[in-house]
Amino acid sequence: MNINRRTLLALALATGLTAPTLSVAQADSIKIGVLATFEGAFAVLGEDSERGALTAIDEFGGKVAGKDIELIKGSSDASPDSAVRAARKLVEQDGVKVLIGPLSGDEGIAVKDYAKTQPDVTFLNGSSAAQDTTLRNPAENFFRFSTDGAQWMAGLGNYAFNEKGYHKVATVAEDYSFPYTQVFGFMAEFCKAGGTVPSKSWVPIGNKDYSSVIAAIPDDVDAIYVALGGADAVNFLSQYNDAGGQAPLIGGSITVDQTVLTAKGRLHDVLVGTPAAGPTADTNDSQAWKDFSAAYKKQDGAFPSPSLFAHAYYINMKAALLALQEVNGDLSDGGKKFREVLSKLEFETPTGKVSLDENRNAIADMFLTEVSEADDGTLVNKLIKVTPQVNQTLGIPKDEFLALGAVSRENPSCP
Amino acid sequence: MTDTSGNRSNPLAQSQGMTRRQALGVVVLVVAAVFVWMVFAQWPDWLKAVLISKKAFLSAILNGLTLAGLYFLVASGFTLVFGLMRNVNLAHGSLYLLGAYIGYEFAEWTGYWLIGVAAGFLVLAVVGLVMQITVFRRLEGQDLRQTLVTIGISVVAADLMLAYWGGTTYQILTPRWLSGAIKLPVVTAVRSNGTEVFLVYPFYRLIVLFSAIVIGIGLWLLINRTRIGSMIRAGVDDRDMLAASGVNVHFVFAIVFALGAGLAGLAGVVGGSALSVAPGEDIRYLLASLVVVIVGGMGSIVGAAIGALIIGLAEQIGLVYFPTYGVVLTFVIMVITLAIRPQGIMGRSL
Repeated sequence: MNINRRTLLALALATGLTAPTLSVAQADSIKIGVLATFEGAFAVLGEDSERGALTAIDEFGGKVAGKDIELIKGSSDASPDSAVRAARKLVEQDGVKVLIGPLSGDEGIAVKDYAKTQPDVTFLNGSSAAQDTTLRNPAENFFRFSTDGAQWMAGLGNYAFNEKGYHKVATVAEDYSFPYTQVFGFMAEFCKAGGTVPSKSWVPIGNKDYSSVIAAIPDDVDAIYVALGGADAVNFLSQYNDAGGQAPLIGGSITVDQTVLTAKGRLHDVLVGTPAAGPTADTNDSQAWKDFSAAYKKQDGAFPSPSLFAHAYYINMKAALLALQEVNGDLSDGGKKFREVLSKLEFETPTGKVSLDENRNAIADMFLTEVSEADDGTLVNKLIKVTPQVNQTLGIPKDEFLALGAVSRENPSCP
Repeated sequence: MTDTSGNRSNPLAQSQGMTRRQALGVVVLVVAAVFVWMVFAQWPDWLKAVLISKKAFLSAILNGLTLAGLYFLVASGFTLVFGLMRNVNLAHGSLYLLGAYIGYEFAEWTGYWLIGVAAGFLVLAVVGLVMQITVFRRLEGQDLRQTLVTIGISVVAADLMLAYWGGTTYQILTPRWLSGAIKLPVVTAVRSNGTEVFLVYPFYRLIVLFSAIVIGIGLWLLINRTRIGSMIRAGVDDRDMLAASGVNVHFVFAIVFALGAGLAGLAGVVGGSALSVAPGEDIRYLLASLVVVIVGGMGSIVGAAIGALIIGLAEQIGLVYFPTYGVVLTFVIMVITLAIRPQGIMGRSL
């Protein structure tokens, strides 16, 4: 009797919890899942990516094709298994048909593989930027309107070699697919220009104590290329400062991003003047960027300028909404029409025109920047140069590019 | 009698000309001599080929020592609480992180770093006291339940802290007199023109190491030389007998828990100044102190010091010489300890 009553209660509770959401969802709303790192070392990055996605939704007035947009969040901690777990929850429990995310490199590769098992669900990348998410063995239903980490480096290697005169550079980067991609992008240009990279340090993600790593960097390098993100970058930079760091720095895209530039600590001195490249530039003075920046700042807790995570989630969310509008919110055919529209979609973003290649990876403008101090004392990425319409193979013919091999700790190498 | 205590357990060794203890002493002396030579001599090229550079090696050792100091501060509270109450406090990492945030707030508010350190200790001691009185006292004797409750507390605390302080990385700024690097009297290289390059090391990190040693000695004195210390030791051995002999056990428990939590908070501020404060630190330091006390032996202060030393050095040396597999090294050490001496290096069998 007792057990029976309990089972009944549980059943009633379960139906009570699931039934209303199902019926509401069918009627007049479209569910979009957003997957980002709301926990762990990249939490602050995840928070900003959500602001980016919300900026796009606000731009559409919270509605698409006459239906309300229902946003469901999934949280990961930058590890691939947590990302897949969160994606499964969004797809299999919450029943989203459109998913935006994830944020970090290895997560992107894992979610791409998961996407292959869910052919009726459409996945749009968040800000994850590992090369092989789309280059090798891509998934039919995974789209990346943001670009990859090697594309982000466009222009930096030449600038460091020719303008800055750095000929010998050591690298420090986290040990996973996204920094491999960034180092690849940087070295592709830098080594071609004639530079050498005698030492590469790969550190585990979430490492705190970098002083031993700093001590092991050869003394005779002209500069240090740093591709670390979030808390890792802050730790490295402040410890580099404490150790009396002499060599100038070259920044990976997320190392000198707003998520790091706004951190509280003594980073100012080591950062000012650091060249970097990425998909955004804080001082971009095009009207589209200014409008985007203003819209972004209406979100809770926004940075002085949108980070590249906010930017990437904005672009992917906007692409999803534009395509949804075109199919009139109709996903009843398993999203087939929706994906067709997506793969042909071409639109103007705050950072210029974006279109997709045959692997569904974006071709977009890249920005060479240098950290400088704004009038109000905040640090910003000053725009130096725009590299227009960079594709995933960095302008190299595709078969030649594939022959360079997959990015890894050892590839590329020019000691 | 010239007998040393070592050969009493092994009288046969005497006939071999050297006791086990003497043999160990010789090995230690040789290792120490090699180490001193590595510190002060100019390195030949073959050694550089193996160990990258003298600067890298010595920095890794020094960093290992300072990291060990930090781990010791966190783990000593953990091991004290476990030794006395048989309570594996899995919310210990949350106490560390909360202490760091509290220290940051106070240091920002007053402008004095030392006030931040004191606040980290005091506030967390009070938090520990409240936890002991409101939660653990109610669950006395139910070890498993207590452990599960601490997991719950750590999950809730992590989210509350994320909600209040956000995901941003904080750096507690050390005062000017503590920051900057100093030259150590160790020559790492000689330039071609004959000038000597000295090893430069952040001053604050030496202070971390120094304060960990001072606190360690203080704890040892407290445990071994004071009345409350003898009560704690008696409690570790036999809680019920201690209660039966008229000691207010709850009072002792509360003191120890407050001290343990306070030390975690203090470590939070000190560590947050050396490194940084961000969500996720709680798990990291919980894991570190778990490994440290498993290696060192649950419930022993000296064990925590030895464990911290081994783990700190292993982490830093691993980071420099084999970064990809460095993380594994700590766990290999833990597995070996568990296989050979399950109670830990200084632990007593439970």
